[in-house]
Amino acid sequence: MSALIELSGVTKVFHEGRHNALVALEGIDLSIQEGRITVLKGPSGSGKTTLLAIIACLARPTSGRVRVAGEVVSNLPETFLAEVRRRTFGVVFQQFHLVAGLSALTNVMLPAYTTGRPHAEIARRAGALLDRLGLARLSGERVERLSGGEQQRVAIARALINDPPVVLADEPTANLDSALSADFLGILGGMRDEGRTVILSSHDPRVCEAPLVDHVVRLLDGKLAA
Amino acid sequence: MRNWISRQALLADYTLSALARRRGRNLALFTVYAGIVFVLASTMLFTHALRREAHALLAHSPEVLVQNLKAGRHAYLTQGDLDRLGRLRGVSRIEGRRWGYFFDPVFGATYTLMAPASESPGRGDLHVGDGVARVRGLSTGDTLALRSAAGELHVFTVKKVFSSESSLVAADLVLMHPADWEAFFQLPGGVFTDAALSVVNPLEVRSVARKIGERLPETRVILREEILRTYEALFDWREGLLLALASLAVAAFAILAWNQASGLSADERREIGILKAIGWDTRDVLTMKLWEGGLISGAAFSLGTLGAFVHVFHFEAALIVPVLKGWSVLYPRFVLTPSVDAVSLLTLGLLTVFPFTLATLVPAWRAAITDPDEVMRGTT
Repeated sequence: MSALIELSGVTKVFHEGRHNALVALEGIDLSIQEGRITVLKGPSGSGKTTLLAIIACLARPTSGRVRVAGEVVSNLPETFLAEVRRRTFGVVFQQFHLVAGLSALTNVMLPAYTTGRPHAEIARRAGALLDRLGLARLSGERVERLSGGEQQRVAIARALINDPPVVLADEPTANLDSALSADFLGILGGMRDEGRTVILSSHDPRVCEAPLVDHVVRLLDGKLAA
Repeated sequence: MRNWISRQALLADYTLSALARRRGRNLALFTVYAGIVFVLASTMLFTHALRREAHALLAHSPEVLVQNLKAGRHAYLTQGDLDRLGRLRGVSRIEGRRWGYFFDPVFGATYTLMAPASESPGRGDLHVGDGVARVRGLSTGDTLALRSAAGELHVFTVKKVFSSESSLVAADLVLMHPADWEAFFQLPGGVFTDAALSVVNPLEVRSVARKIGERLPETRVILREEILRTYEALFDWREGLLLALASLAVAAFAILAWNQASGLSADERREIGILKAIGWDTRDVLTMKLWEGGLISGAAFSLGTLGAFVHVFHFEAALIVPVLKGWSVLYPRFVLTPSVDAVSLLTLGLLTVFPFTLATLVPAWRAAITDPDEVMRGTT
């Protein structure tokens, strides 16, 4: 299997050059294989979220190089980086980050608004995704009225609307009970079966030790641990 | 192209939903915005229409007026003076005019009493302007008694009331027979207040005026273009006064708009971060904000301008008319012909829509160039 995402010598320093400079990642070399489920494991503050953000092109490394599908993206201008983000990644945030005041359906449709696809086509696909995740009856409901598990499924549907080859989830089970966590893992398995690459950050043993996980990357104090 | 249209439609759709979600704040901003445009546009439309009206009315007035002076004071012209003026090269027609002012102590109003050389009312009859008719409660067939400066009571019959269309120039006008006029002001026959001259070639008006000055040094020559300029100056001054006051409101609005638009709330900043994190780029965010600024300012400008149009041309500019028309007992009441000065409106549009849209865009741009990673860690 080929490496879809490659990181070499990636370092991320927050507030660089200031008295409160913080090294979040240091010298990360990592390959993520296509079509597999990879978990970034580590305690709080180990740099999981920062690494996930760099992989998803949501942040740039201070130094080092990131390749996505063979293309170096770490030095791309913002416009191109946004295009890579839209084309390649779907992200499920820890706190879901849905837009309050909008319906579940509209939230799912949002990432596709800038693709130029017709409204009807986007709505049809968003409806199908919500249906697949068991939320068809709640598609018109405002997201702030949904439960935590329902909000997460809306966030998953939103991550899939542009049919990205890579799905990332930050601490996906942090706000879920055991039953919902098991549901979520089932959904991840389905994504892998569709050929998607899945990258998670988690320190939850239910995720890290799940049989469907192909690869666990351990982080400690911003460095890869053995 | 189809993709572009679809993208714009979806961004506009999202903008509308965003506006609706913050409807209280946006409605307040919209109301203030539309109110200011309303005042500014009312002022511009009204003064433009007044100028146009004045131009239209004065277009039929004499090109040159000549008054006689004695020791620097206004004196009467005689038939002999008129004959001498009529013999000047370039003068095609001359008409002696008889007019004077009469103060009505009962109503505190001043009327202009005039005796036209032709088509004057019969002896003992009057034609009155609608302002005079209004304050005195007159209609055709009524009698009007005026006490002259000598204390004599002169009783007249109103034969005609001028329509309100002529009110700008005729509100205070009272037309009477020349003999009645002479008797009321106790003047000898054959004297004229001034003379109205028509010139063969309109391009030679100034040349004729110069000749009059040379031949009759004790006269004052007034050109129609000078009267027009006086009107212009008068309306400019009043418009400037109102616009200066309104500019304070504009400044206050600019501060409010900037504060409202630039002070992106934490929710808005977070929303922009989310949009970027899920695949929107800076250009998409700015386009959405451009729609937002454009929708608010465009709608407020359109509504304010439309309201101003209705206010000026349907309700006779009731809210601003005392400042712009001046104060008078015989207030001219007239309906202005709807006319729009496109350049002024375009300027007003640029001065209001552009700064507001900019005030919306700049803070959004600042938020949009922030790393979306901050959303991921929940710091925005």
